[in-house]
Amino acid sequence: MPGDDAARQTDLLLAVRDRRDRASFSQLFDYYAPRLKALLLRSSMSDAQADDILQDVMLTIWRKAHLYDPAKASASAWIYRVARNRMIDIIRKEQRAIPSELYETDTEPGTQPDDLGQTQESALLREALGRLPEAQRVMIERVYLGELTHREVTEATGLPIGTIKSRIRLGLEKLRHELKHLRTP
Amino acid sequence: MNIRHHIDEATLAAFAAGQLAQPFAVVVASHLAMCPVCQRAYREQIAIGGAVLDQLPGKPVSQGLKTGVMDMLDDTPAEPVPLPTLPAPYPLPLSQYFGAEGPKWSAIGMKARQSILQNDANGSLRLLYIPQGRAVPDHGHSGPEFTLVLKGNYTAAGQTYAAGDVEIADEDVEHTPVAGPDEPCICLAATNAPLRFGAFLPRILQPLLKI
Repeated sequence: MPGDDAARQTDLLLAVRDRRDRASFSQLFDYYAPRLKALLLRSSMSDAQADDILQDVMLTIWRKAHLYDPAKASASAWIYRVARNRMIDIIRKEQRAIPSELYETDTEPGTQPDDLGQTQESALLREALGRLPEAQRVMIERVYLGELTHREVTEATGLPIGTIKSRIRLGLEKLRHELKHLRTP
Repeated sequence: MNIRHHIDEATLAAFAAGQLAQPFAVVVASHLAMCPVCQRAYREQIAIGGAVLDQLPGKPVSQGLKTGVMDMLDDTPAEPVPLPTLPAPYPLPLSQYFGAEGPKWSAIGMKARQSILQNDANGSLRLLYIPQGRAVPDHGHSGPEFTLVLKGNYTAAGQTYAAGDVEIADEDVEHTPVAGPDEPCICLAATNAPLRFGAFLPRILQPLLKI
């Protein structure tokens, strides 16, 4: 079943949210900190600056874990968003008088009323990304690692976001079908 | 709210990746606050960002950094800032510019008003108040312009934009939006060039005086 890895990160984040569990946070740190460091270094900043922001992002994850809703985002998606917001707040020193999360109103209820939550979807997403041709995968990475300007993103022809989405939808349908099959003896 | 004009996918991706200058990011955030459709689309963008993060080869992180973070977990974080409240029709992301008292307007002629929220190297962001039936001044911007309708509606190039709708115009788009006949139109507009007041005022008055 795809999603074991993603499910593990989500469980760890929920343990931090619900029980303030340090051991789980320590595991989240080991998984995400090196990846976040790589993300930060891609934004052409010094090693020391990346470490400062990394420390801030990891503490923000601990302190804002109560805002995490697994029906709305996988752990990785939520942490990606936290990291992006902290980067904007710190590097650009934009004069935001309000916390970043207000920037991103999400009043919609979580998707997937069945067993296929964001975590499974995230596993399918990773699979779909892995199957993209190299050039397209690199392009997607450059977009979401913040290496392209808005104009460059707009002008990137054949940005395979649509392809990825349709693959995820197909994957989800297949999963739903399998689950239904499992439930019917 | 029946929103028909949304944020395009590339713009939402650039917003998710933190690549929009602040004036544009504020327009996108304000639209998100009003639009469940784009909230869902934004969630998908963040999900892709999360997947990219997942498969990114990690860089070494020092043990000292981890120890430092673990030691700070018990520090009392700052008290959460209470949610500001803004009068209708202003969405929450604008609370960094004004509070419950609402925006400060200045007259720009023919009963039209503007409130400049930001005007610096990042670009400009302003609110426009256009009396019903009037034309929005042609302000000759050289880059893209994002316009979000907060109240009322306007028509430009055969398209009507109502409350919640966002218009993402490329540079070179010649448009003279006209506010609908029933009520004043209030919109939020971002451009990437600072406003040029010298050249700006005569250009603004010219089309207004023709009406």
